[in-house]
Amino acid sequence: MTASALPATVNQEARPLWPRLAIGALCILVILPLAVIFLSFTDPQGDTWRHFSQHVLPRLLLNTFWLLLGVGVGTTLLGISLAWLTAIYDFPGRRWLTWALLLPLAVPGYVLGFVTIGLLDFAGPVQSTLRELFGSAPQIPIRSRGGVIVVMALTLYPYVYLVARNAFLTQGRRALEAAQTLGFSRRQGFFHVALPMARPWIAGGLALVLMETLADFGTVVVFNYDTFTTAIYRAWFGMFNLSAASQLASLLVVLVFIALALEQRSRRGQRFTSATRGDHSERLPLGPVARWGATFWCLSVFALAVAIPLVQLSIWAWQSRGDFDSRYLGFLYHSLVLACSGAFVVVALGMVLAYALRSRPDRVTRVLGRFVILGYALPGTVLAVGFYLPMSHLDNLWIKLGSYFGQHWSPLLGGTLTAMLLAYTVRFLAVGFNPVEAALHRITSSMDEAAKNLGASPRQIVAQVHLPLLRGGIATAAVLVFVDIMKEMPITLMTRPFGWETLAIRIFEMTSEGEWQRAALPSIALVIAGLIPVLLLMRTSDTRAHNSVNKDENGF
Amino acid sequence: MRLATFFRPLALVLAGLAATALSPVLVAAEQVVVYSARNEQLIKPLFDAYEQETGVKVRFLTDKEGPLMARLKAEGANTPADLLLTVDAGNLWQAAESGLLKPFVSSTLEDSIPAHLRDPDNHWVGLSVRARTLVYNTDKVDPKELSTYAALAEPEWKNRLCLRTSNKVYNQSLVAMLIAEKGEPEAERIVRGWVANLATSPFSDDTAALQAVAAGQCDVTIVNTYYLGRLLRDNPDLPLQIFWPNQDVEDSGVHVNISGAGITRHAKNPDGALKLLEWLASATAQDSFAGENLEYPARAGVPLAPLVESWGEFRQSPLNVAFAGAHQAAAVRLMDRAGYR
Repeated sequence: MTASALPATVNQEARPLWPRLAIGALCILVILPLAVIFLSFTDPQGDTWRHFSQHVLPRLLLNTFWLLLGVGVGTTLLGISLAWLTAIYDFPGRRWLTWALLLPLAVPGYVLGFVTIGLLDFAGPVQSTLRELFGSAPQIPIRSRGGVIVVMALTLYPYVYLVARNAFLTQGRRALEAAQTLGFSRRQGFFHVALPMARPWIAGGLALVLMETLADFGTVVVFNYDTFTTAIYRAWFGMFNLSAASQLASLLVVLVFIALALEQRSRRGQRFTSATRGDHSERLPLGPVARWGATFWCLSVFALAVAIPLVQLSIWAWQSRGDFDSRYLGFLYHSLVLACSGAFVVVALGMVLAYALRSRPDRVTRVLGRFVILGYALPGTVLAVGFYLPMSHLDNLWIKLGSYFGQHWSPLLGGTLTAMLLAYTVRFLAVGFNPVEAALHRITSSMDEAAKNLGASPRQIVAQVHLPLLRGGIATAAVLVFVDIMKEMPITLMTRPFGWETLAIRIFEMTSEGEWQRAALPSIALVIAGLIPVLLLMRTSDTRAHNSVNKDENGF
Repeated sequence: MRLATFFRPLALVLAGLAATALSPVLVAAEQVVVYSARNEQLIKPLFDAYEQETGVKVRFLTDKEGPLMARLKAEGANTPADLLLTVDAGNLWQAAESGLLKPFVSSTLEDSIPAHLRDPDNHWVGLSVRARTLVYNTDKVDPKELSTYAALAEPEWKNRLCLRTSNKVYNQSLVAMLIAEKGEPEAERIVRGWVANLATSPFSDDTAALQAVAAGQCDVTIVNTYYLGRLLRDNPDLPLQIFWPNQDVEDSGVHVNISGAGITRHAKNPDGALKLLEWLASATAQDSFAGENLEYPARAGVPLAPLVESWGEFRQSPLNVAFAGAHQAAAVRLMDRAGYR
């Protein structure tokens, strides 16, 4: 048996039952919305599919493929290079850039897209100024495949950056030293030792990026770039054909499931267990040119992904400052409550899932474990409806039951926070799970055995051995889920109680009628609120720095 | 464990909120519940005024039309919604078609709102008019060159046309009305002509298309008037001017869509909903319903905002806006075939 039984049973060889139960419960939660989507096949749409296959599918499959490839390569290059620089080396500005490079997380992709197009398109200030100065200007093809790829890579790279940095921090320098004693150069050490060792993290982060890319609607719409998601909404809203839209969506689910299964398979038989409590060695110095080169690279990414859009947003927010009123406190409060409680629930369930998979690594459990995170790859509105349908059904049954007793029972779930949190779980479980799972990969069974031999109870093993090692992964997951929920629109719109308005809903109200300038105010508020968890985590790690050498331990 | 201390208060907050959210809502005064695809800042002032005037509480929830209709369907008989408010006729048509709306009889509405802006079967009524018209660059186009939507498909407009994406319902409605008016083959010929004349790939919103015309990337575009109104409010000097197409006697008139509403099939307070509808169609409410967003009031004889008034009078297409819904799916397929993205 490769993994330990946790919480351990009396008989170590016995396979525990709870993992199956936990995964089963999560499966039911996820199966309901997916079942709604797949049930659409009971309403065959042969004619519509003939139309799709002739006029729509070829182009959108190609578009989706290039987008995934481009964003995948872009986020990997950005994420790994930034993570490696900030984790291993020392260079001017490293301290603040380390956390500032996370900020794109809080800048919604459609905001960056809108600002970028506004600046660089024909009618924007850059080309206009050039035309005024020189009479003509080179066309910048910003509303193009390349444009949408660059913008999405700039908003999504933190998923890779965060997890890769975590991996490099805990093993990178040591791995590099080991490689150098074997006669490798730094560069060889990176490519042959550190990078392969960080693979499960990077793969986990990249999986999130690709799923989010597939599900994205906001950004591609700004670029008028047709993908699977836009086709789904076109069929639904344009052709009033929810069945055909759901069938397109189920195709998407199948594709993602296959991709996840393949990734899982490719990792089979490999073990990544170099866990150490942090890395005590010194940061490596860089040459004078390389130092500033590193600063320049990090600064450029920060400027493009954060500074420029923030400046533009600030200008717009100032122009629409008349919209600001006391209600913003309420929006902020609602956003924070949802994001905090959502992060708590989703990460807790992500941990349960990760432990369940560790305790019971047989094929069925593994397949189900991949299945329950599929919600992240679905377009938000499709998932929201898929969730709302069975929920209303349940509520209607409940109300009917009440009427048998001559009572007026109000809905059990509809319009409650519980329903919202359940829906967020279906959507974001992948985000809560992937970073934790990656961190858990590195705790060897021999460590469990050792603790056990020293007389530790299963609970003590988790609390005193595992949790300190998982802290980075848990913090990463919590920040990602927090920010994702802050930005989330379709589920929030669909499941919120009356009057429960958030910052994201405020943005929706403005952008739905094309009032982009006025959306800047809530967007800025959202970015600032998104800073809170990042700063909180920084502070906790700073306090720890006074007591320990390990100031970078949790990734910040 | 620091994370635990970080989360403990949150867990408490969560528990408390769950408790309050689960407790049943107390209903005292009469209320009307609205599901609205028209956004908050445009409807809230009106609902506040209604509440002040009548004492009836209006509760509302905003979302896109698609999810709102899916929601109505899912909630069935237990829906809290009395009124469905949308920003285009196609969705109202679709809501009626899928049995989500209940017909109403109101002589007040029949008297105040023109017939072509109302459902022939009385499931819904238009409350404001959104005119989709031509806007041209005054430095580059002599208005004498312009005549109809269809004429923009002629070769003389090669590389001079900008359009918004066909994903937007406004363009889907426009093409649906072309189908209703001229039949599918002729509509397809026109759309193909537009695509051939595009100066650049379609824009994601009307404002961007207008800015492209102002900057000289192209000469003319098709937009809803209020987008021009908003743009001119901030930059009055832009070289942009409205042209009302299809105004000759033999032509159909300017394509209009509506923002409108219907009463839900399972409304708990259908009488209250109808009263609210009638109030929204009254002269005072019409003024701000349309004026707030620089749209045209559905009711005749209501004064216009000065900027809107300056664009002059025009003849609307007399075709019932319900056709926009009936032909919308066909319009989307047509635009797919024609390569209009």
